[in-house]
Amino acid sequence: MNAFIELMTRRRLLRGVLAGGAVSVGLPILDCVLNSNGDAFADGAPLPSRFATWFWPCGIGEQDWRPKTAGRDYTLPREMQALQPFKEKLNLFSGSQIFLDGVANQTHFTGVQGYMTGRVTGSGEYFSSIDGNIAEVIGNRSRFKSLVVVVDGDPKASWSASAGGKMPGEISPIALYTRIFGPGYSDPNAATFVPDPETMMSKSVLSGVSEERAALDRRLGAADRQKLDYYFTALRAVEQQLEIQLQKPSPLPSCTKADEVTDDGHPISLVNEAMERHDLFCSLMTHAMACDQTRVVNLAMSQGMTKFRREGDATGHHSYTHTEPVDQALGYQVKCSWFQDLYFQHLAKYAAMLDSVKEGDKSLLDRMILFAFTCHSAPRLHSVINYPFITIGGANGRMKTGMHFPTPGDTAARVTYTVQHAMGAPVGAWGSGTNRVTSPISGVLA
Amino acid sequence: MVKFWRRFPLILASAFPLVGLPLTAPARAAAPATAPSESANTDTATTLRLSPGQYRQTIADIFDVSIKIQERFEPEQREQGLLAIGARTENFTNNGFETYYRIARGISAQVVDPRHRATLVGCAPRAAIGRDDVCAKAFFSRVAPLMYRRPVTDEEVARRVAAAGIVADQLHDFYAGIRLSLTEMLVSPNFLLRFRGMVPDAKDQNRKHMDAYDKAAQLSYVLWNTTPDPKLMKAAESGQLDTQEGLEQEVDRLLRSPRVADGIRAFFIDMLAFSDFESVSKDPAFFPRYTPPIKDQAQEQTLRTIVDHVVNRHGDYRDLFTTSQTFLTLDLAALYDVPLVDTTDNGGPQRWIPYTYPAGDVRAGILAQASFTTLWSPPARTSPTERGKALRQQLLCQRVPPPPGNIPFKFVDDTANPDLKTTRQRLLAHQSSPVCAGCHKLTDPIGLALENFNAGGELRATENGEPIDASGELNGKPFVGPLGLARVLHDDPAITGCVAQRAFAFATGYTPPSNDARWQKIQKSFADSRYDVLALLRAIAMSDLAYSPLDAPAKPQ
Repeated sequence: MNAFIELMTRRRLLRGVLAGGAVSVGLPILDCVLNSNGDAFADGAPLPSRFATWFWPCGIGEQDWRPKTAGRDYTLPREMQALQPFKEKLNLFSGSQIFLDGVANQTHFTGVQGYMTGRVTGSGEYFSSIDGNIAEVIGNRSRFKSLVVVVDGDPKASWSASAGGKMPGEISPIALYTRIFGPGYSDPNAATFVPDPETMMSKSVLSGVSEERAALDRRLGAADRQKLDYYFTALRAVEQQLEIQLQKPSPLPSCTKADEVTDDGHPISLVNEAMERHDLFCSLMTHAMACDQTRVVNLAMSQGMTKFRREGDATGHHSYTHTEPVDQALGYQVKCSWFQDLYFQHLAKYAAMLDSVKEGDKSLLDRMILFAFTCHSAPRLHSVINYPFITIGGANGRMKTGMHFPTPGDTAARVTYTVQHAMGAPVGAWGSGTNRVTSPISGVLA
Repeated sequence: MVKFWRRFPLILASAFPLVGLPLTAPARAAAPATAPSESANTDTATTLRLSPGQYRQTIADIFDVSIKIQERFEPEQREQGLLAIGARTENFTNNGFETYYRIARGISAQVVDPRHRATLVGCAPRAAIGRDDVCAKAFFSRVAPLMYRRPVTDEEVARRVAAAGIVADQLHDFYAGIRLSLTEMLVSPNFLLRFRGMVPDAKDQNRKHMDAYDKAAQLSYVLWNTTPDPKLMKAAESGQLDTQEGLEQEVDRLLRSPRVADGIRAFFIDMLAFSDFESVSKDPAFFPRYTPPIKDQAQEQTLRTIVDHVVNRHGDYRDLFTTSQTFLTLDLAALYDVPLVDTTDNGGPQRWIPYTYPAGDVRAGILAQASFTTLWSPPARTSPTERGKALRQQLLCQRVPPPPGNIPFKFVDDTANPDLKTTRQRLLAHQSSPVCAGCHKLTDPIGLALENFNAGGELRATENGEPIDASGELNGKPFVGPLGLARVLHDDPAITGCVAQRAFAFATGYTPPSNDARWQKIQKSFADSRYDVLALLRAIAMSDLAYSPLDAPAKPQ
């Protein structure tokens, strides 16, 4: 298409849209309301699924935490007792590992790289994590394809990646609040909806960047043309945001705007302060999902080698995993266990927030998977075996819950492969080398 | 081109001259139908993303220093020790681009706000409630070459004018049109990326050299950390940059300018990894003096020390590690236990006061400054290992292997152990493990020399009541304290080799090819200048190597 036609097309589009005044060009699904049972939209389309990841640092500990039995009749490990109220809504996966296939184990990284991206490499490359893949499938109709946050103030501690690379985390609750509920947010339960003419204009003008692509492609070598592909993928995501802002959102009775926040995202090492921010982030993300601003959210507490400490103690959680002896009477590292208990208490709090949001006959938690993962099971040894994974929620009916799935000797990539399937990501074979998988864990999918 | 205008009568109703002449950037002698870089047969251009610092400075220079950028940029990616190399390899992510878009909207809103519009738009529309293509064209013709760092085609300007006109008509607001069109330019790859485009050499078709405008941008960003000024653009346009004499004239002009301090600051911010300060926190229970202002002042102290030494004094790079001359605020003086008196203090913001340490003072040199000792320490205790590793990796360009999987740390963190009171004693106990000893021998003897500075940057003589032993060893040479370390570093060729390598990579995005004679010539120039960093930058800027196609080393697997 030559420049003239492109410009004319855009011009006609602009005038055409504006001529319609307040009449929106909504997607069918968003213009619908729930059916009388509240279990689907009026046209029968299912209510959306959501996905969340939640990373906690430094695993469980030296002790053997695995439940003795598989299936429904199992006991949650002592370390996860805070999750007992959600036992029927969660699955615990134990025993799996990442095969290094000759690659050096970069501590606190390689294992996660293996099961989150399906590949282990000797470098720090990290592309297309499972949340990125899932966002490509379920994230295209919400304003934000995904949200990523990091609790301790280090944006690089994120484990989320698109095909272009790692996505840094938002570290400031104020910034996250403004992004979700600031300019561009429209209340789905408002009585009227008038599309913002400036948003219409912004979208059309922004599309003009694409007109520079041909000239750029001619200049660049192959590697930089690929870089340009990622650029235009990201540009389309912003265009999508603007397009969604122009559509009348479906009424969502459970959507309420979050309260404003004051935390600016400064670096944190005291774990109690971190947990306060954690809860703030979880609340904002819960509101964001309830208001269908996004369908994929990701939270990382910190890097695997976390700096979290208790007040007045110069030694932090990570250091204690290496230094603290196992208490012979109790059978575990007491100080490390304190941190783990704290993390799981706040995971339970997050799950409770999600479960309190009712969407028809289910809760928001029921319509999603909250996937909890860590860098090492036994961090002192930095081992890549016996990873603990927890899924909470039934994936909108696609995943059975309430069970323990031990898969000793199998690749941990099968767990994440299973999660992707449950979320409807059309993954065929996934992973590479010994971590390549082609089928989900038996008995998990509904 | 003519066909384009004829077929576009409705939107481009006003009379356009054929070429959109930039007002502050020179137009080419003959109006190009496309930008020179596009028309040239270039298929090997590589790109480098503007760093946040370059982005901010560029906006300040094109528009005004009063334009505020409040948002945090996406974190940069460090590769082979430098963010400047990561700028070549990193991809755009959805979240990162969304940030650029929000930043762009904020900038363009300020450019056209009532406070700035008269100055920054530069012309007033006939009526503010609709389009004025003449004023819009004047604006985009002026700013587009500065933003794209090359002449822009009349088609590129016309596209912005047309879009601005449509928006102005529809929203009944001339400035909304400028604002939205400017936002689009600010997120364009032509603004966010700078190019290293290669064109065939006129004399030898088998050789390639860098497009003159890309060369101008490379020079400007390395030496001034900003977009090329009109004189440099003029030199690119006239072909002056393609001759050694012409290049020398411009390089020397840039180096003589006080703005070279901006380039020096940007280089050392990258080399010293100051971007990592964003995630540094210290426990106020342990370090009540380490406040957020101190975190900023610590970095500023080091940068002021470097600029003074390198730019004002043309000092020997190696002397940065021993220099007794620095700058302090009252807060920093308290941190270092320096009896500084500011007689002009009237309760206003803290002043920077030049200060010279007495000969032999342990606080001399940049390694003893809080920027180094706090950045490379955990929140509540020192880590000679982290400090030693940072020195090896950031200042000597040496790689320290990652720790093995099974680390018995039981001694290192046992700060309450009555038999192992000092960090040195605990590390020595840790090294009794042969698994750990190998790497710790590389790092700890260096880091232990800085133990007189705690994790909050404060001077200390004892740890848990035990006197601190700050002796160490590097390359088999024993020393005591930071000054002893600095003296040994002075004689280590790796310290000057590393800064030269990093400066080249900062300029080009590539590590230099070590066997290339042109690289060896650059190193010799640096040595001949007695390690004057400005002379090093001049040698790089004058070398054909910096404007040649460069290869990235294979990624380790």
